Amino acid sequence: MLPNVIAVPRLCKRHLHRFLKQQFRHCVADHTSVDSPVPHVCVVGSGPAGFYTAQQLLKGNPDIVVDIYEKLPVPFGLVRFGVAPDHPEVKNVINTFTKTAKSERCSFIGNVEVGRDITLQQLRDAYSAVVLAYGADNDKTLGIPGEGLDNVLSARSFVGWFNGLPQDRDLKVDLSAERAVILGHGNVAVDVARILLTPIDILKTTDISQHALEALSHSCIKGVVLVGRRGPLQVAFTIKELREMTKIPECRPHLNPKDYLELLDLIPDLPRPRSRLTDLLYKTALEPNARYKALWADAKREWKLQFLRSPIHICGETKVTGIKLAINRLEVCLHTVRKHFKPIFTFICLCPLVYQVLRSIGYRSVSIDKDIPFNMERGVVSHTQGRVDGLIGVYCSGWVNTGPVGVILTTMTNGFETGKTIIHDISNGTLELSGKQGKNDILPLLQKSGVQVVSFSDWMKIDEAEVERGQNCGKPREKLVDIDAMLKIASTAAPSPL
Amino acid sequence: MACRAVSLRFLIPKFASCVNRGNSGTIPALIRKTQHTRNSASRHRFSSTAAKPKKETITVHFVQSDGSKFSTTAAVGENLLDIIIDNDIDIDGFGACEGTLACSTCHLIFKQEDYDKIPDKPTDEELDMLDLAYGLSSTSRLGCQVVLTKDMDGLQVQVPTAVVDARDPS
Repeated sequence: MLPNVIAVPRLCKRHLHRFLKQQFRHCVADHTSVDSPVPHVCVVGSGPAGFYTAQQLLKGNPDIVVDIYEKLPVPFGLVRFGVAPDHPEVKNVINTFTKTAKSERCSFIGNVEVGRDITLQQLRDAYSAVVLAYGADNDKTLGIPGEGLDNVLSARSFVGWFNGLPQDRDLKVDLSAERAVILGHGNVAVDVARILLTPIDILKTTDISQHALEALSHSCIKGVVLVGRRGPLQVAFTIKELREMTKIPECRPHLNPKDYLELLDLIPDLPRPRSRLTDLLYKTALEPNARYKALWADAKREWKLQFLRSPIHICGETKVTGIKLAINRLEVCLHTVRKHFKPIFTFICLCPLVYQVLRSIGYRSVSIDKDIPFNMERGVVSHTQGRVDGLIGVYCSGWVNTGPVGVILTTMTNGFETGKTIIHDISNGTLELSGKQGKNDILPLLQKSGVQVVSFSDWMKIDEAEVERGQNCGKPREKLVDIDAMLKIASTAAPSPL
Repeated sequence: MACRAVSLRFLIPKFASCVNRGNSGTIPALIRKTQHTRNSASRHRFSSTAAKPKKETITVHFVQSDGSKFSTTAAVGENLLDIIIDNDIDIDGFGACEGTLACSTCHLIFKQEDYDKIPDKPTDEELDMLDLAYGLSSTSRLGCQVVLTKDMDGLQVQVPTAVVDARDPS
């Protein structure tokens, strides 16, 4: 019960204190349960933002009850559907999320879409606080002619396709061409490039979806070009992703030395992260060591980075035949807070013979309920320090709060901050606690409208089925890509109480 | 009473990492770690024929961002992430990827002299993750990569505050 009591006296005291507080509260609660109502908080979205906020809430207040609503029958959001299949170690966060979900004060309520099955107002009536943590469910578009052609895909859908996201399972991915262009220099762009270039023998040991594996095994792609509107000093991908690109077996970088020559003098003066990233770019382009040279010698595929280009026209009748790119030069914008380089068009060049275009220029959030004040320009919920403007008791966390940027650490920090804000507001008395019954108010409404709710133990059944399917084909997991199939497994055996 | 115990266990988070490290993709890293641990432990033994020498322990101090300090004894050969987890030292979100070099949540800051004592210099991959950490310093390391040696007794490490925005790498 109390770990390491003898070895760690200080901790022991701390834990004992908590334990006694807990026990005491329990006794009190038995007799005077009406005096202090339990704060019910609901979280909309079960990705990292949702789970990290829930974790903070449960830890910060020993009475709080948290219900996590999820549109899909399965939890974990982009950890399941966004993290690349060849990054299994990033998915270890699921272990912590599972621990949170199994807490007796936390419920997962899957297959419920807020805005469709239940409204924000209904949630506000049932809960003291509602946390919007539904992420960025849409992507930015270029708004140029030809964007709707057959071979132009959004990288977001492509990621959903190889990660088994039900809505993207039937995506028409045509890999019969030798060359693909990815528009964007972010981590998603690099993930997509890496999946297109990685040998199939490596991919087939990951939890990549079978339909994607099948299509990629017949891929003719020999080269991938990543096109960015800004220069090598402004790339948005992180160094980890770049380093992985240099290590893909049977694949080499084909970088134009001219793009990188001038960087050498700048490297020492840059802040460390940017300096190391730029140094790696420079060395990859100009001074690869012997080990890399040997690795790249017998490459069958290659990738390149193209800087200072903005697509202005995707050419073709039904399929893509080329892209018109504008050549940019950079101008420093001083009126923004961070020093920002704005690309300015100068003239146009043509990049012919492209057959597959993947647009990877960023995600954006959407408003899921008419009551949510939404900043259309930034694609985020309008808020002040996580408190949604004009709606008392409504908060936002993760990408709906910050915009779709950063790694999991960024979302974790934001989730913890939002959690702390809510705890603060509860102890302050800002939030209405009485008359709120949480899921006890909501579940009957859902039952009435015939929604099959998926609990966390239902998810465990789906999880088990997926792992079993994976074992049959030598993968850690084979995700179910059909919502009905998920729901069928969820409803087998005795329905578990929420 | 039983249900109280469950909730208490949650309040004192004992991260899943201690038991649940079965992610197949992370196995190479773990094997490497185990081998490494074994090697560094044997480096400090003079006789290889000794049956089972008593595990040497040293004292480590962790200073949290709010100034509070935890001290614990730890066996030589353990890494700092494991020590924090095994002792239930409660730091929000610490060790999210469970020691697989895929995040920077076990970021710790050392004193210069302690930093210099760490026998294994950071790999490129560790530095890549550190570059995304909040409050990065020139004596920063990832706790999961720092294996204790005998001469680190009395080591004091700082747990950084998560205040700076790590999103923009420029």
